[in-house]
Amino acid sequence: MSATATGRRWRPPPFIANPWLRLALYGGVALYLALALGTLQVNWGRVAEGLVRGWAFIAAFGNPDFTSRWAEIQEGMIESLTMTVVSTVLGVALSLPVGLGAARNLAPLPVYLVCRFIIAASRSFPEIIVAILFVKMFGFGPLAGMVTLAFATIGFMAKLLAEDLEDIDEAQVEAIRATGASWPQMMVYAVQPQVLPRFIGLSVYRLDINFRESAVIGIVGAGGIGATLNTSFDRYEFGTSAAILILIIAIVMAAEYSSGIIRKRLQ
Amino acid sequence: MPIIPLPSGHLAWRRYTPRAVLLRWFGWLLGVLLVVQCWEIMNADTIWEFVYDAPTQAGDLLGRMWPPRWSVLEKLWWPLWDTLNMATLGTALGVVLGVPVAFLAARTTTPSLAIARPIALLIIVSSRSINSLIWALLLVTVMGPGVLAGIIAIALRSIGFIGKLLYEALEETDPKQIEAIAATGASGPQRIAYGFVPQIMPTFAGISVYRWDINIRESTVLGLVGAGGIGLQLNASVSRLAWPEVTVMFIAILCTVAVSEWVSARVRAAII
Repeated sequence: MSATATGRRWRPPPFIANPWLRLALYGGVALYLALALGTLQVNWGRVAEGLVRGWAFIAAFGNPDFTSRWAEIQEGMIESLTMTVVSTVLGVALSLPVGLGAARNLAPLPVYLVCRFIIAASRSFPEIIVAILFVKMFGFGPLAGMVTLAFATIGFMAKLLAEDLEDIDEAQVEAIRATGASWPQMMVYAVQPQVLPRFIGLSVYRLDINFRESAVIGIVGAGGIGATLNTSFDRYEFGTSAAILILIIAIVMAAEYSSGIIRKRLQ
Repeated sequence: MPIIPLPSGHLAWRRYTPRAVLLRWFGWLLGVLLVVQCWEIMNADTIWEFVYDAPTQAGDLLGRMWPPRWSVLEKLWWPLWDTLNMATLGTALGVVLGVPVAFLAARTTTPSLAIARPIALLIIVSSRSINSLIWALLLVTVMGPGVLAGIIAIALRSIGFIGKLLYEALEETDPKQIEAIAATGASGPQRIAYGFVPQIMPTFAGISVYRWDINIRESTVLGLVGAGGIGLQLNASVSRLAWPEVTVMFIAILCTVAVSEWVSARVRAAII
């Protein structure tokens, strides 16, 4: 704070204290922006042409067309929703043993390494790339999508579960062990009550994510509403696209709202 | 937690009352029924021959993916640069658009609770519920394939993420500091600049870097729908069934994601 009595103005301290680092950072950012914007290849003619279509799309939101493709929309939505439910349940069930194995305080080292590897494998690729591979293996359709989402769920849930398990209060475990409890009894009475509320909350959150993702992986043929949406864009049927997007937003909002209530009740 | 008399006359502790046990059992039954029903509906059209075939297919795929064709790497540098630009410029645009939305949405800073706040919240929810791939799909249809569609798609998805986390941070600011600034006779903008901004700055920087990291990951696949970057090459190779090239691209994507995650973790550790 460099205020003096001589009437110099007070200035807030800069966010980055070291002036050289600050200058270098600003210079680097400017240089990068110049390079990035300079090498950007944009077909402005095509973009200008698209503005009309963009406007048509925004207008379609005011007048969404639910009726003319309702059968396809309904089928896609049912596929997405069933995929979401099955994949979340399966993924959460499978993430339990993996998460237990990935907690260093509960699992022996070889198990720990294997489980950590599974988590890393599941988390490193975007869902849609995994979906490409599973579609190749299982054929087109929602089963491939379900397997993709379940696989992604394992990594997500197991990682968070393992972190929770590593943070549990050891005193409670010791207290239960002191009563002469066996390992399964210790898990049920000492460990499970400490991690279960958050685990359920996270499962509900993952249900949300899986629905959102299920709208995407249909683009590569893994079933769900994504395929319907893709087709409607290809046909320039913006009314139908707008209807699908509105439905997705409404379902996500409803899911988020109810999962918020569930999580609040659990904690 | 009831204590139940056993037939032998002893008392036994149970965690739940018999009624609660029954209710729980019934809840589980409903849950299982729902899942089974979903499974049935989902698999109505599944061709099981293809599924039983999956291990063979997987083996076949692995056989074709190995060895990787490294020569394709020299064609990947430019798409990788595009990918980086899509993520970075998209994040920058998302920050520029998302910050005002956050200020409109936060209870503590919004100009009007009745009008501005619900609109801002609607923008945040819409942006968050639609994946950047869908935004890209839409923008590619509207403005043609290319990096620009990718940048805007990334930006549109980032608005909701940045807006949500930032407005929550704004609502959790310490009111005493704001009051102290207000007591000096500060105007609205001054209150924001000297009361709110210093409090949320670390969170804001953390959120931006975190979103940039996610955006790198997402921009690697935006090309699948035509929005530029390495995904475009990936799509071309998958369509041509050039699996050895796909392996190289997977490795390139994995390395990019790992580097961005490392950078983001380092920067966030430095800030917080």
